[in-house]
Parts: sequence; C-alpha cells; structure tokens
Amino acid sequence: MSTSSEHVAHHFPDLETQAHAARLGMWLFLATEILLFAGLFTAYALYRMLFPSAFAGASGLIDTRMGALNTVVLITSSLTVALAYHFSRQGRGRAAAALLLATIALAGVFLVVKYVEYAHHIGAGHLPGRYYRYPALDVPGAAMFFTLYFLMTGLHGIHVVAGMGVLAWLAAGAWRGSYGGEYSTPLELGGMYWHLVDLVWIFLFPLLYLI
Amino acid sequence: MAPRGGAWSWLTTRDHKRIGIMYLVLTSAMLALGGFYAMAIRMELLTPGPTVMEAQTYNRMFTLHGVIMILLFMIPAIPGIFTNFFLPLMIGARDVAFPRLNLFSVYLYLAGALIAVYGMIQGGADTGWTFYTPYSTTTVTKVWPILLGGFTLGMASIVTGLNFIVTVHTLRAPGLTWMRLPLFVWSSYATSVIQVLATPVLGITLLLVAVENVFGFGVFDPARGGDPVLFQHLFWFYSHPAVYIMVLPAMGVVSEVLQAFARRNVFGYKAVAFSSLGIAFVGFFTWGHHLFTSGQSAVDAGIFGVLTMFVGVFTAIKVFNWTATLYRGSISFQTPFAYAIAFIFFVVFGGMTGVALATVALDVHWQDTYFVVAHFHFIMVGGTLTGFLAALHYWWPKMTGRMYSEKWGLVAAVFIFLGFNFTFVPQYLLGNAGMPRRYYSYPERFWALNVASSAGASVLAMGFVIVLAYLLLSLKYGPRAAANPWGSRGYEWMTPTPPPPENFLGQPTYPRPAHDYREAHPGQEGH
Amino acid sequence: MNELMRRLLFLPEQASAYARQVDQLHYFVITVTMLGSAGVGAAVVWFAIRYRRRAEGDPTPHLSPRPYHEVLFIGGPLALFLLWFAIGYPLFVRLATPPKDALDVYVTGKKWMWKFAYPGGPNGVDVLHLPAGRPVRLLVTSRDVIHSLFLPDFRVKIDAVPGRYTQTWLQAEKPGRHDIFCAEYCGVGHSAMLGELVVLDPARFDEWLAETRRSPPLAAAQDFPQAGGDPAATLVEQGRRLAGAYGCLSCHTVDGTRHIGPTWLDLYLRNERLEDDTTVVADESYLTESMMLPRTKGVKGFQKVMPTFQGRIPGPEVAAIVEFIKSLRTDAVRPEPSKGPVYAPVPGFVPPEK
Repeated sequence: MSTSSEHVAHHFPDLETQAHAARLGMWLFLATEILLFAGLFTAYALYRMLFPSAFAGASGLIDTRMGALNTVVLITSSLTVALAYHFSRQGRGRAAAALLLATIALAGVFLVVKYVEYAHHIGAGHLPGRYYRYPALDVPGAAMFFTLYFLMTGLHGIHVVAGMGVLAWLAAGAWRGSYGGEYSTPLELGGMYWHLVDLVWIFLFPLLYLI
Repeated sequence: MAPRGGAWSWLTTRDHKRIGIMYLVLTSAMLALGGFYAMAIRMELLTPGPTVMEAQTYNRMFTLHGVIMILLFMIPAIPGIFTNFFLPLMIGARDVAFPRLNLFSVYLYLAGALIAVYGMIQGGADTGWTFYTPYSTTTVTKVWPILLGGFTLGMASIVTGLNFIVTVHTLRAPGLTWMRLPLFVWSSYATSVIQVLATPVLGITLLLVAVENVFGFGVFDPARGGDPVLFQHLFWFYSHPAVYIMVLPAMGVVSEVLQAFARRNVFGYKAVAFSSLGIAFVGFFTWGHHLFTSGQSAVDAGIFGVLTMFVGVFTAIKVFNWTATLYRGSISFQTPFAYAIAFIFFVVFGGMTGVALATVALDVHWQDTYFVVAHFHFIMVGGTLTGFLAALHYWWPKMTGRMYSEKWGLVAAVFIFLGFNFTFVPQYLLGNAGMPRRYYSYPERFWALNVASSAGASVLAMGFVIVLAYLLLSLKYGPRAAANPWGSRGYEWMTPTPPPPENFLGQPTYPRPAHDYREAHPGQEGH
Repeated sequence: MNELMRRLLFLPEQASAYARQVDQLHYFVITVTMLGSAGVGAAVVWFAIRYRRRAEGDPTPHLSPRPYHEVLFIGGPLALFLLWFAIGYPLFVRLATPPKDALDVYVTGKKWMWKFAYPGGPNGVDVLHLPAGRPVRLLVTSRDVIHSLFLPDFRVKIDAVPGRYTQTWLQAEKPGRHDIFCAEYCGVGHSAMLGELVVLDPARFDEWLAETRRSPPLAAAQDFPQAGGDPAATLVEQGRRLAGAYGCLSCHTVDGTRHIGPTWLDLYLRNERLEDDTTVVADESYLTESMMLPRTKGVKGFQKVMPTFQGRIPGPEVAAIVEFIKSLRTDAVRPEPSKGPVYAPVPGFVPPEK
C-alpha cells in the first residue's frame, strides 16, 4: 500500500492540492475534447438542415441494432471502470485490475461491432464524398452523411483505442498495487476520460442512427 | 541561469525556467525565418510587375510568412518563454503544475515545427495562412503537412494553456490571493483560457481541410454539397480569439514594465485585470466580423460589429489606466520602457483602426485590402512583437544573469519604432487606395507607397539585427546582473539571479501588493 | 475639404453618392483615431518627461481610480465607438438592400476572369458596361474557388462564393471607367484577375445596347457551356430549358394551376405565406434559397417534398432559372430588361496553366 508522501511531487505542498490540480487539468482536457467534437457536430447540424431527406434516408442505411448494441456495451464499460475505481479506493487492486480488463474487453467488443458495420458500409458503397457508390440512394447529401458518419465515428474510434491503451496501463498499475485508498488519482482520471468516450458515443448514436 | 549538466539534462529538463529558455531559442529561430519571408515579400513588391520571384513562389512566401509568424512565433512566444519562466516566480510556486506536460509541449512544438518545415521543403502551401476552402482543398501544392503541423502546434498550445490555468488555481503561495496576482499573471490566465477553449475547434477544422485535400470527402466542397463558408465560421471561431492569445500576454508585459519603470503601482488594478478576462470572453463572439462581405445577413453583421466594439472598449480601459499609471511616477526611460510606450501608441492606433473596421460600412471597402494588413500588423508587430521585446529586455537580466548594452538597446528601439511606422503606415494608405492583399503584381499607381513600405521594412529589419547582436554579445561580455537591476518591486524579482532550481530560498511571503513603491524600503533597490 | 482629405488618405475617386458618404465616415473615424493616438502618445511622452526620475528610491503615491474615472474610461470610448457604428451600420444596411427598380447583372468569378451576364441577353468577360444614374444590382457567384468582386471607386465589395449567390448594388453618377479587382486570394492569377467597369451616359448606353443587339453573339457558348448549344439563347430561354431538364416543371406549373409545388406564374415578388404564417417576398434571393434549402422556408399548404439542388445546379444555371421565373408574369408591364449587350471576350490576361 502506498503512503501519501511518496506520491506528492516536489512542487506540490500536499497530496490534496496535487489531486485537485490533476482533476482540474483533466476537466480542462475533457473540455478541449468536447470542443474538438463540437466542430464536427456543427458541420452535422448545418448539413442536416441543408439535406434533411438525404440524411434521413442515409441514416436508414445504417443498422440501428448494431448501434444500440454498442451503446449498451459502452455504458456497461463505464460501469466497470467506475467499479474499478471503487475497488481501488478500498485497496482491492487485483479486483480493480480485473474490472479494468473487463472494460478493455468491452471496448474490444465495441470495436469489433464497429468493424462489422464499417465492412458492411464499405462493401455496399456507403462511402464518404467522392467514393460514394450506392445507386439506390443517389441524392445530394447522402455522401455528406457518410462523410460525417465516418469522420465522427472514426475520430471516436481513435479515442476508444487510446482509451484502451490508458486502461491497460492503469490495469497493470492496479495489479501491482500502485494505487490505494489515499492515492487512486490516475485511475480516477482514466475513468473520467473513459466516461467522456462513452458520453461522446451517447451523442453520436442518436444523431447518426436514430433521427 | 547557471549552467548545470549537459545537453541531455536540458532535453529532459522539467524545470519551467529551462523550458522557457528552450522556447526562447526555438521561437526566435522561427521569428528570424518568418522575418526572412517578410523581407522576400517586400522585395518582390518593390516594383509593380515581377521583381525577383514568380507568382507561385510569392504565394508560398506569404503563406509561410503567415503560418510561421502566427503559429510558430506569435502564439507560443510570450506564453512559452515568459509565462513559463515568470508565472511560477510571480506566484511563489516551485514549478508549474504539470512539469512533464510542460516539457511535452516543447516537443509537440518542435514536432509541429518540423512537420511544417517538411511541408516547406516539399514546396510549401500557396493558400494563405487562412486556408480558405475550396481553394485549400483543390490546390495542387502540398497543404497537408502545414495543416498537420498547425494541428500539432495547436496541441502544444492547449497543453501550455491548461498547465498555466491549473498552476494559477492550485500553486499560488500562501497569502497570495487572486486580487494580489501580478497583472501579467492575469493576462496570462486570460490567454490560457482562450488557448484551451478555442484551439480544439481550429484543430478539427485543419484536420477536416487536410482530409478533404487528400481524400476528397467534400465537407467544404460546394460541388459535393459542402459549404465553404462553414469553414470560415469554424476557422475564425478560433482565429479571431487567437489574436487575443497573441496580444493579451503582451498587454500583461506592458502592465509590468510600466509599473517597474514608473515606480508606481498600476492605476486601476481591477480594471486592467478584469479587462483581460473581458477581452478573452468577448473575443469568442466577434468572429463574424471577418465575414462582412461574404453575404452574411445585415443583422448578423450588426451584432458582430457591436460586439467587436467591446473589445475596443476593454482595450481603451487598459490604455487609459496605463497612461494614468505614469502620472506622478518616477520614470526611468530605459529600453523596456521605450518598447512599452511604443506598444501603447501602436495599440491605440491599430486598435482604433480595428474598431473602424467594425463599423461595417467601412469594412466593405477595406476588407481584404492592405488596410487590414496594416491594421493587424499594428496589433501583431506593433503590439505583440513590441511587447515581446519589452519583456525580453525587462527580464533578460533575470533569465541570463547578464546586462545588455543600454545605449544600443535604445538605438535599436528607435530603428524599430521608425522602421515600423514607415513599413505599415503606407500600407494603410495602400488599403485606402484599394490595393487588395496577397497581390503579386499591382497597378503602377500603388508603386510609390509600396517602395516606401519596403524601405521601412529594411529599417525595421536592421533594428532586429542590432537587437540580436547586442543580446548575443551580452551573454559573453555583458556585466553580471544584480538580482534586481531595475529596482522593480514585481514579485518575480524577489528571488536571486540566477533563480535556484526550486525558484526560492525558503518560502516567499507577500506582505505587500506587487509594485508597491509608496516608501523607499531597503533591500529591493538592487545595485 | 472633401477633396483635400481624399487626397491625403490616397482614396480613389468617388464614383457614387454612397462612396462619398462612406468617405465622410472615413474622415471622421480616421481623424478621431489620429487625434486619439496622438493624444495618448503625447500624454505618455509628457508624463515621461515631467515625472522623470530625479533621485533613486523616490517614493511615489498610491493612486486609485475614483468611480468617475471608471465611468469616463468606459463611457467615453463606448460612446465614441457606438457613434461610429451608428453612422456606419445604416450605410451597410443600405448597401445590403438594393432598390427594387435596379437593373440586374449576374456576375460570375472564375479563375481568373469576371463574367457579366444581363438578364435576357448574352454576356461578356472582364468588361462591364453600366448606365450612369441608374441603380444596378450585382448578383455574384463563383464557378470554382472564392473570389471577391471589388470596385474601389464605389467602396463596394462582395464575395463570390461557389454554390450560392451574394448581392450588392451601386449607382454610378457619371460616365467613366473604373477598376474591378479580385480581393479574395484565388491563386496564381489573383492579382491579374482585373476587370473594368465602363459607365455610359444612359442615352449612350441604350444606343450601345441597340447596336450590340444587332451584332452576332460571340461569347455566350463559352461562358455558359452547360446551357446547351445555342449561343444566342437568352438567360430566360436557357432557364426554360434547364427547368425542364432538372425536373422543376414536373412539380411547378407555369400557367397558374396548382400542382405539387407552387406555380411559377407571377411568383416573382409575390408575397408567399410560409409554414409559420410569416410572409416572405419571393425575390431573387428567396428563389435561389428555395432551390438550395427547400425545406427551410416552405410555402404554406404544400408538402415539403422538394429535394435540395445545392451542389447540383451550377451558379449560372441557377441564374437562368431565376430569370425564367421572373419572366413568367401575367401583366408583363415590367419594363423589359436591357436586351443583351454582346461583346467579345477582352483579350488580355491568359490564365497560366497549373
């Protein structure tokens, strides 16, 4: 188990200030992530207004069941990561590591489902911009929908992969017992990041699949 | 700073002071490169027709000039160098909140610069630094490395800003309340907020343009249903606040320098401090004034016009308070002070022409002409770069432990002041006369003013060469600096020169406000 | 006074009443700016001399602003800036709302030339003929990248954006020649994308029209390649053909009968009641907008089934369809727009190959 002093960097007066700084930094980072997606959401809003019927039609081409499955998977993974933090606070590092591994596994399931969807769209010619080849829905705006679909889910997918790396690193630390009741800040921050990944998907799912 | 360890210890340092020095070296190199391109542009414009280069080369030159000066110098310079070095010293912290992240930002900056340089070697982009679509998505030049470089530099900027915000919130020394913070800290804080909140939007926008340029996804391409004006909105949502990222830190520097050399506490501390936050806030809602001629509705134009006026009001508050700070002071006219008052003059003139542009009707004539070029160079060169020079001269003794030649300092300041005016006042007139910006050739009636501007630019360049020369010489031959050579009562001067690794010998205390010169108390007059 | 200030500020000639008014604001604004910066500069220099350091370690007083300082520092500039805005904004609004009786000219920017098309007539390249004393509305678009039509002598500028129309207007006071620049950077030929505006005396303009109407058309086919083979086709005739080709006429009638969409007969300048019970005048911008964004301002009583044509119809063809709609009038009393001036492309700048 860790003591408080060994985790305090030389320039912080105490562990509490350091944890406060870390959390504040993480919140600011999450704000930048949301603003990064905000540019894409703005583009989505504008083009949905310009091409309402094309967007509705193109949205019908993607499989809502797949999206719903992935939503459930990601929400479950948010639960497991929150539980991991909970156990780590109680000093049960091994349990926390196991839950983090479960989170990574769920993220893997998410990516597999996403791969199946991508493979289907690429095969059917539901492609962005000038690559769009789908004669059954040949209206202006359909290609734009798939441009945004691939950009938004692609950027989100990159975040999922990055999150898996972070979680793996945290799982290794938790297994070794680096975190405990007094000091679980890295796990907390990793969990916050993973919740953001989840949150972005919760916005993407209705925008792309449902409406 | 005392030399400790070898090159490796510099490359892996987490000391904010060394990171500041690394930024100083890197951004100065970029300033020189951007200045070289500026001189090439002025050389080409010496005659109405082709002078020394082809149109395509010229287009690349002004693009690179803009990209380098804005993304690689103006935005990172003062935060990267001076905020890094002095913010912890001013608030009594031993380092910034995240020292490793701070080092990481240097490497991000370096990576962004290298990617951009790779783009230049590959021929460089010809889009202008604004990357307007659909030109930028259809040009045959290699735009993507420059865009990717811009994205990476944006990340460096975000990381720096995030670090400073957290530092100010969590690492102020005991007893140092918000209303005691030096004004440079306030303006740096406001800058950091913009860096964190605006830069991600630029990041995604640049990525979208890069993706579209390489793959043809059509997000901004009207031929595929895209809207090129959407790009302008997204771009200026960042790039207008970015102007305040560039100028706010310089305003903070001027607040410090004026107090130190007039030996007076600032007149209206709260007004100066909060106007920084005001500029940062209003700056997010003025981007539409770049689109007055793009077919935007008259209502939108009116709203953006009025909001832009408020930036002018906040700046005016600062200017009046600065001027009042000199009243009944004890003024020593030295190099940093010379740059500070030059800054005030340039910002008043440049700022008021900015407000003039926001009257909408006048903007219709001036939009995309040399008037706009002159206006933003008054703010960028006359404001930011002059503020940078004030900071460099004010803090040089603390950073390097050496004194530079005061005589040559003033000589260079005169060169820069005169050269600057001769360069950019003719450009205002060129804009009035109707010369559009980014013109490779021009009708003969614009000739005389262009020659005047080019002549002024060479005087300006000479000023910078002099500065470079005496500063470099001072490193070897300059006399050793005292801990507080100016007799300043800014908090950052309370530590020895060079500052020890953890900044202070013991815990600093703050019994008085910064720049309190009400009595001649001993021990802080230096010498 | 006007002439002195104009020369001091290197402003070009004032070719319209609007230009003169903008310049008045310009003189006011720039005079205040110079006085303001000179005043602040003088105050700073005077303080630096008056309060120069006489002895090392002089204490200085601690001064804080009184409320009236703050009111002055905030209220002064705010009042001044708002005054500028109060003068400048109405001028802009005037520029943004062309008079109803304006002569329309369609302008298309293209790397690196300007094309001008009159309704009911063919078109020309780089040289625009306009009558003096009559308001002229410019409807501007681009074929490739963004350009910006800049008429410095009129203090007028408007971006040419591909995929949409923007508009501005001007009224030349007297015959003369004026520069046309491109103000938005558009590539290698940006600074060579020059045009000329030739303002003619109204009588001379009509005379010149009559002459050009008799001469054989030269430039139309090249400028409107999508419009089909017949170079003599007027914009209206092109519009009629294009409306058929794009399927407009399968929903919109031209004889006043109700079909899937509103009839085009007498549509131009009609007050249309919208879904949300507001009304809108069906002018050029509404017609163009309805092709691009059919769902945003749908007419009440019709189903929203029209697809968008954003990105599907090139700018010149939109212009032609709009002109066709404008021509469908029962009363037909509206004065016939000038029948096409026809002139050859002006030899001059040859765009370099990429």
